Amino acid sequence: MARYGPKEHDVLIVGGGAAGLRASIAITENHPELSVAVISKVYPMRSHTVSAEGGAAAVIKDDDSLDDHAYDTISGADWLCDQDAVEAFVKEAPEELLQLEHWGCPWNREEDGNIAVRSFGGMKIKRTWFAADKTGFHLLHTLFQTSMKYDPIQRYDEFFVTRLVVEDGRCQGVIAIELATGKLEFIAARSVILCTGGCGKIFPFTTNANIKSGDGMALAYRAGVPLKDMEFVQYHPTGLPFTGILITEAARAEGGFLLNKEGYRYLQDYDLGEPKPYPVLRSMELGPRDRLSQAFEKEKEKGRTIEGPYGDYVHLDLKHLGERKIDEKIPFVRELCRKYENLDPAKEMIPVRPVVHYVMGGVHTDINGATPIEGLYSAGEAACVSINGANRLGSNSLTECLVFGARAGKAAAEYAAGKKKFSDGLEKIVSDEGKRIERMFFSEHGDQSESIAGIRKEMHQAMEDGAGIYRTEDSLKSSEKTIKELQERLHRISIQDHSYTFNTELTSAFELSYMLDVAEAIIRSALQRTESRGSHQRKDYPERDDEQFLSHSLAYQTGDGTPRVEYQPVTITRWPPGERKYGQ
Amino acid sequence: MEQTITLQVQRYIPEQYPEPYFQSYEVPLRKKWVILDALNYIKDEIDGTLTYRWSCRMGVCGSCGMMVNDRPALTCATFLEEYAPGPVRITPLDYFGIIRDLVVNTDDFMGKLKRAQPWLITDEAKPLSEGAYKQTPQEKAEYEQYSMCINCMLCYSACPVVGLEPDFVGPAAIALAQRYNYDSRDEGEDQRNEELTGEGGIYSCTLVGECSEVCPKAVDPAGAIQRYKATGAVEWWQSVLMPWKGKS
Ligand SMILES: Cc1cc2nc3c(=O)[nH]c(=O)nc-3n(C[C@H](O)[C@H](O)[C@H](O)COP(=O)(O)OP(=O)(O)OC[C@H]3O[C@@H](n4cnc5c(N)ncnc54)[C@H](O)[C@@H]3O)c2cc1C
Ligand code: SF4
Ligand code: FES
Repeated sequence: MARYGPKEHDVLIVGGGAAGLRASIAITENHPELSVAVISKVYPMRSHTVSAEGGAAAVIKDDDSLDDHAYDTISGADWLCDQDAVEAFVKEAPEELLQLEHWGCPWNREEDGNIAVRSFGGMKIKRTWFAADKTGFHLLHTLFQTSMKYDPIQRYDEFFVTRLVVEDGRCQGVIAIELATGKLEFIAARSVILCTGGCGKIFPFTTNANIKSGDGMALAYRAGVPLKDMEFVQYHPTGLPFTGILITEAARAEGGFLLNKEGYRYLQDYDLGEPKPYPVLRSMELGPRDRLSQAFEKEKEKGRTIEGPYGDYVHLDLKHLGERKIDEKIPFVRELCRKYENLDPAKEMIPVRPVVHYVMGGVHTDINGATPIEGLYSAGEAACVSINGANRLGSNSLTECLVFGARAGKAAAEYAAGKKKFSDGLEKIVSDEGKRIERMFFSEHGDQSESIAGIRKEMHQAMEDGAGIYRTEDSLKSSEKTIKELQERLHRISIQDHSYTFNTELTSAFELSYMLDVAEAIIRSALQRTESRGSHQRKDYPERDDEQFLSHSLAYQTGDGTPRVEYQPVTITRWPPGERKYGQ
Repeated sequence: MEQTITLQVQRYIPEQYPEPYFQSYEVPLRKKWVILDALNYIKDEIDGTLTYRWSCRMGVCGSCGMMVNDRPALTCATFLEEYAPGPVRITPLDYFGIIRDLVVNTDDFMGKLKRAQPWLITDEAKPLSEGAYKQTPQEKAEYEQYSMCINCMLCYSACPVVGLEPDFVGPAAIALAQRYNYDSRDEGEDQRNEELTGEGGIYSCTLVGECSEVCPKAVDPAGAIQRYKATGAVEWWQSVLMPWKGKS
């Protein structure tokens, strides 16, 4: 039986964000005898979970119920989620957030010391736990710090995964570059969990960090796992125009107004309810994100948005909340506005526009995080279980990372505990991979050379133009063509940086190649879904079509730039498809 | 013509040159650009080999700390315009080993964080079935400030003691220990004291206070150390005069 020395583990988790860290703790608590490792291209506490602001949803109050949380999630998702997964999710959510509390997470409290909850878009009852407006930051640091107390959890910090090792039908580890030394390593594992986060960086204006390039999605896709529901990309209605920095939904939950050029609360024109001076749940500014972002586009068409150097925008008005409330409930909003827009939201209105925020789709998994490849699992934003369907509700995804991170952890551990033998000769794949990298990125192309930044820019443009908030067959086809060309041109980049030490030009090239693969899946899935549902809006097919499309899309890579899309029906348990109603 | 500004960036590529050197780049001086935007401009448009860490570009992931004109700063939260007409000097964080260009070695810092035992310590584990701990907003306020640390390490680069005494656990790690010590749910203070009042612990601090000056998140590590010394001293004094204390 082959052995792979010190870099051999039972379970290897790729990603040190909320999902990955939660998985690591679940494994070591349930199976202390297993060797578990977390590999991450940045130190875990730098993962983008850190930027989540608003909160995490779970039922704890007496006026709430699991069925209410499930219904809000399902209707928010425009019925495209699997209801068995949603039921498991809402049921396990409270315990997960409570577990975080026991690990020290500084949740906001009521006067009597109980957990406080706030309202959030699309939720009809207040159920979002929060740690001021730095929930993701506190959640991630709590998880990371707690993980430090478990000695069995090993870490590969600043290792960049370049491929999955799948042999004899099983995933048996990964190949990764140790950034500090440039060494290419095979890390063997009996099971691998991809917790690599989202892919917002495919688009030009996004709340996502530089590292969110869909790596895990592309790695799984290349290994033969389908990407599910990739056409569903969430725009957040309130990002800062130049930087894409998020102004959390909590700002609206606390009572912020969205105003057009004329100072008018335009959402009242889009079936989102009557304007009231105070926030009303599931209404107006607290409608779901897809509907708010679409309303912005319509206002833009009517010429009622404001023109700016970084695209059109509208105003988010928080002035009436007053300095005290802003400082108490949404201090980070004030800090971000001051630092990045040079304005004080207690005195001035904030310019905002829709920006890409989250991708509902991802690596196809079952309810335990298992992918169709034996030994390969996925959780968090990288995965699509699916509970988010056609539109994720704000504050569901941090909780999702915890619930499904723990589930995938347990399932991967159980599989690994079977101690299947590794295949022989796997280390050879490292030298193949080395040659591939050399050929891909370091060949000379003379004056044919392409630049990473150039291709990236064109990809951004193609995605914004063709696969944005509103899509048509023409726009998508033209973007598909561009992405194919860019994939060709990618083979002609030659990296200037020939150092082995911390070669970020090389990792950027990899990230670009991952993004292009994921982009192709987004576009093809969007082209073939000839209906409008949730965040996927086709101008040429404006209606929802349950007859044909109450099903998940599964995009398989074919190698010629046009994925094959298959469909799998949605699981319905207790909530038959209905109309999404807000503002009532 | 667009206004420009010169960045003098310290380079170091170990396989190629044995010593660090400076390289100048001219970049546009754009409104709303932070220093990090200028570095990204260099990387994308001028020199793909320039190497630095960054991720969130919103001052919360803690990866983009560097010395800007010899002062530690988060480069994604520092406007370029403030340095007009330039030139601006960008060097890696002081007192850390350099891996390459602006990337410093973080391993030591990670070890120091762990020395603070930054997790909730209780005498007995509370089962989940008992529900949440109660903690009033006032109790939360006791440790809140210390929980805001983004591990950006600027305070280490501002601290002369870190430079002189590499074993000094340092400002952020002590603040982190206090974050748990002052948490009403925690009972691990004694355990942390043992670590932090010993060699390389709080008594190495000479109260320069620069750490709190440069902290981008108002964590006030200097204040945390002060408060620690007060309690730490009492504990030490008690263990000398009252040898039975802590032995029951
Ligand atoms: C600004 C913002 C605000 C948000 N606010 C909220 C909110 O209030 N509530 C809510 O529920 N959700 C919110 N979300 C969404 C939520 O934060 C994310 O969906 C969630 O944090 C994703 O966590 P994750 O663990 O899946 O991935 P991440 O935290 O993104 O972690 C990914 C990990 O994978 C690693 N990785 C990736 N590629 C590689 C590779 N090639 N090799 C090695 N390692 C790799 C990275 O290093 C990282 O550790 C917000 C998102 C954003 C952007
Ligand atoms: S205490 Fe402040 S300066 Fe020091 S690491 Fe934390 S956030 Fe950075
Ligand atoms: S890039 Fe994250 S703190 Fe600057």
